[in-house]
Amino acid sequence: MIEIKHLSKWFGHALAVDDLSFSVRPGEVLGFLGPNGAGKSTTMKMITGFLKPTSGVIRVCGRDLDTKPLESKKRMGYLPEGEVSYGEMTPSQYLKFVARVRGLNGQYRQERSLEVIRRLHLGGVLDQAIDTLSKGFKKRVGLAQAILHDPEVLILDEPTDGLDPNQKFEVREFIRSIAPNKVIVISTHILGEVDALCDRIIIIDNGRKRVDDTPANLRQKFSSNRLDDVFREVTLARLS
Amino acid sequence: MTPAVAIFRRELGSYFATPLAYVFIVIFLVMSGVLTFYLGHLYERGQADLEPFFRMHPWLYLFLVPAIAMRLWAEERKTGSIELLMTLPVTTGQAVLGKYLAALVFIGIALALTFPIWITMNYLGNPDNGVVLAAYLGSFMMAAGFLAIGACISAATKNQVIAFIITVVICFIFLLAGTPLVLDMFRLWVPQHIIDALASLSFQNHYASIARGVIDLRDVIYFGSLIGCWLYANALVVDMKKAD
Repeated sequence: MIEIKHLSKWFGHALAVDDLSFSVRPGEVLGFLGPNGAGKSTTMKMITGFLKPTSGVIRVCGRDLDTKPLESKKRMGYLPEGEVSYGEMTPSQYLKFVARVRGLNGQYRQERSLEVIRRLHLGGVLDQAIDTLSKGFKKRVGLAQAILHDPEVLILDEPTDGLDPNQKFEVREFIRSIAPNKVIVISTHILGEVDALCDRIIIIDNGRKRVDDTPANLRQKFSSNRLDDVFREVTLARLS
Repeated sequence: MTPAVAIFRRELGSYFATPLAYVFIVIFLVMSGVLTFYLGHLYERGQADLEPFFRMHPWLYLFLVPAIAMRLWAEERKTGSIELLMTLPVTTGQAVLGKYLAALVFIGIALALTFPIWITMNYLGNPDNGVVLAAYLGSFMMAAGFLAIGACISAATKNQVIAFIITVVICFIFLLAGTPLVLDMFRLWVPQHIIDALASLSFQNHYASIARGVIDLRDVIYFGSLIGCWLYANALVVDMKKAD
């Protein structure tokens, strides 16, 4: 489980995340929404320990990220925004590297590797440099890396960004299939995705939490039945 | 330490996955030959020793080691792969060490491949092989020093060209710290004991004695602490700048 309390992040004089608090329980898929630049990626980078918060507490599976970063990182899988790194490696080398860093050994490493390769259909491209793969495959290599150690917590930053509709569907199906018993946080600005996947939605704007509710409740609360309109209403309110 | 070993293996493998390794090794060997025979006048001296070969190493390293060091962190930051690396369960120290040692072993391989010149000398005469071994060791330590400086500078910028140029300049200052070229810049406005301290930081002086075959503990400590300091700074810089 993830607990976040009064999280703030300043970049110089700009406040990127402003007093954000929420928690996510095992088995829950949280959709993290907001317009571009709202602070989604910044928040995810803080949860995964890449960025240091200016203030606030992050606890992952009961461990304080600040005092026990390695313990927390071991229990997390992370798909960063954008392209998969180390493009000169092949997916097979890449997964082996991540497995070694994560301390997976022998039989277990073999089993897990075969499992993620099977589930993400990477069998055909294992020995091709990642740079030469299509976007869909690159994304899947990134996902494979994130779930390789069967983590309790998954942080996925725009997992379907740049994919075609079929690939989006596949990735969503995959996330749904691994969701039970895991804590999953997905950032996106595609609302259809939220509807299909998430048990809960947090909409942030300008670094502040605006909405924290289930998709069904949101439809009832707001006049419109469509999440698109809810999103617009919430994030454009400050402009009017 | 498992994560550091994993990073070390990945890094070393990545040198040989691209033409970088082969280009570097070929240039290194050609340059070391050219410097030794043309500038070092190995044949004309009529002595079967490797003094001209080792005398040229600081100048060889001055440009080639920064070329290896510049990509260590700058590339990682530029492509964003540092985000994956630093969210894996590794400490910054392990990452710094793994990357540094991989680059060092790579340079060590290039240096070891100069062995034909050693064989040639043994064919032509009877060089003192103990001295040759000590000189190889000294040369390797000096390369390690240059590399530690370069690794730290590489972490401070995303731009590899900038990393290269700044590293060359700093290495140049360290190399010639004992000569008037550098000392005169400071002489007018810095007290004498600081000038003396600066002069004692010179790579050239510490290397020269090892290259003659004298392994003095002080020289070893000098290179060891220099490398330690720069790698420590490297870790601090990575923590500070990784997300910029």
